[in-house]
Amino acid sequence: MSDKTTLKYTPEHEWLDIDGDVATVGITDYAAEKLGDVVFVELPAVDSDLASGTVVGEIESTKSVGELFAPVNGSVAEANSAVVDDPSLVNSDPFGDGWLIKVRFTELPENLLSWDEYSALVGE
Amino acid sequence: MSDPVPERTSPLHAVHTELSASFTDFAGWQMPVRYTSDLAEHAAVRSAAGIFDLSHMAEILVYGTQAGEFLDFALAGRLSAIDVLQAKYSLLLTEGGGMLDDVVVYRLGETTFLVVANAGNREAACEALQSRAATFDVTVDDQSDDYALIAVQGPRSRAILEATTGISELSVPLDELKYYRAADAFFNGVPMVVARTGYTGEDGFELYLRTDAAVPLWRALSEAGEAHGLVPAGLASRDTLRLEAGMPLYGHELSTETFPVQAGLGRVVALTKEGDFVGRSAVEAGPAADARVLVGLVSEGRRAGRAGYALVSGDTEVGIVTSGALSPTLGHPIMMAYVDPALSEVGTELAVDVRGTRIPATVTTLPFYRREK
Repeated sequence: MSDKTTLKYTPEHEWLDIDGDVATVGITDYAAEKLGDVVFVELPAVDSDLASGTVVGEIESTKSVGELFAPVNGSVAEANSAVVDDPSLVNSDPFGDGWLIKVRFTELPENLLSWDEYSALVGE
Repeated sequence: MSDPVPERTSPLHAVHTELSASFTDFAGWQMPVRYTSDLAEHAAVRSAAGIFDLSHMAEILVYGTQAGEFLDFALAGRLSAIDVLQAKYSLLLTEGGGMLDDVVVYRLGETTFLVVANAGNREAACEALQSRAATFDVTVDDQSDDYALIAVQGPRSRAILEATTGISELSVPLDELKYYRAADAFFNGVPMVVARTGYTGEDGFELYLRTDAAVPLWRALSEAGEAHGLVPAGLASRDTLRLEAGMPLYGHELSTETFPVQAGLGRVVALTKEGDFVGRSAVEAGPAADARVLVGLVSEGRRAGRAGYALVSGDTEVGIVTSGALSPTLGHPIMMAYVDPALSEVGTELAVDVRGTRIPATVTTLPFYRREK
């Protein structure tokens, strides 16, 4: 499990763990809890190009459908097949085994949030 | 922009907070949507039991010498014919034959009835009942703010109630209480109605009592339920439970624009009863021959059609999904939908448009799930 305080965040409740030019992306515990039990995850194909802000996947719970937004421009380096096989990982370990995709990016947007900023956003 | 309506909270709100519930706004009420996991709560109700706070529901007392006759006129069913301590599912129709609300009516005494309406329809139901009461010797008394409603649902429900400390003087022993019947009782000296009714497709009970007794009752039930696997269950699981059981939800399957017969509720309208009732002539005339009808649909995989999604046959839109979810019990998606009557036969192959992807769906019989008796 990643250290939440060192990650970057988006207002769409996604987290990014940045290592060189690759960002691991998942949804936050706050988003996972709002969704409820996740029962279906659809992720973009490896090597597909992502445009920041566009919908590239879906996270479905019994109750509702959440969209996965590309947080950066880049291409998909890896998609987490474990979470496709067992979507409940999004609930049980959103910052760890429940990660969704790794994106090889060209540059990071400037508006990513720190943990403190994200916490303030969700009122924690 | 108008000011937001202040959120109402249940008399059990503090208990839910203690249990770390997640809350949702439901018809202006802040109610628990889940405590731990929708799926775990759903499964507990199917295999053991769940306890629900339904205090947002509207309780409307109707009493007076003409209470039975009045309800025969105001509602679609023949309520004057039910026994004391019997319950009946009924509909509040518009003059045009649409559904203003679906209600459960309990006869509490010879001349006293309890009409339980949906929280979101409280005002509309009260207004309709009031305005229809003018020529009857009857009082329509909205007591929603004074009543709490706790449901215990699931195969272990009876054992849990029997083990609950503080429930006394049951007018009918629980092992003799039939489905859609009720018993008078007391909880810690406070009068309580114990009804064998519910909205989950399981055996279960709904307990009506004064709001100030709600917290002790919840705690007593929870304590007795511990040995039986009772868990607190939120509105998310209630929705998937009722959907599996093929039960309509107002605002999804039922509306003022829909005739009962379209929703498969023709049997709820007592067209054989004597005398007039609101909506009678419109219901007798019936909807247009091509009016869409409610069906159940199943599909494969894990992606469910949701409320509002289109159903297509070839390139033609032939219906719309009103409720849908991946069925926790069955493991595949289930939907209720209104479709063109020509395509409503069981076995008809349609497709649901899931955000641009067409997924095959087959018309099936309702309910999707039926408990073993």
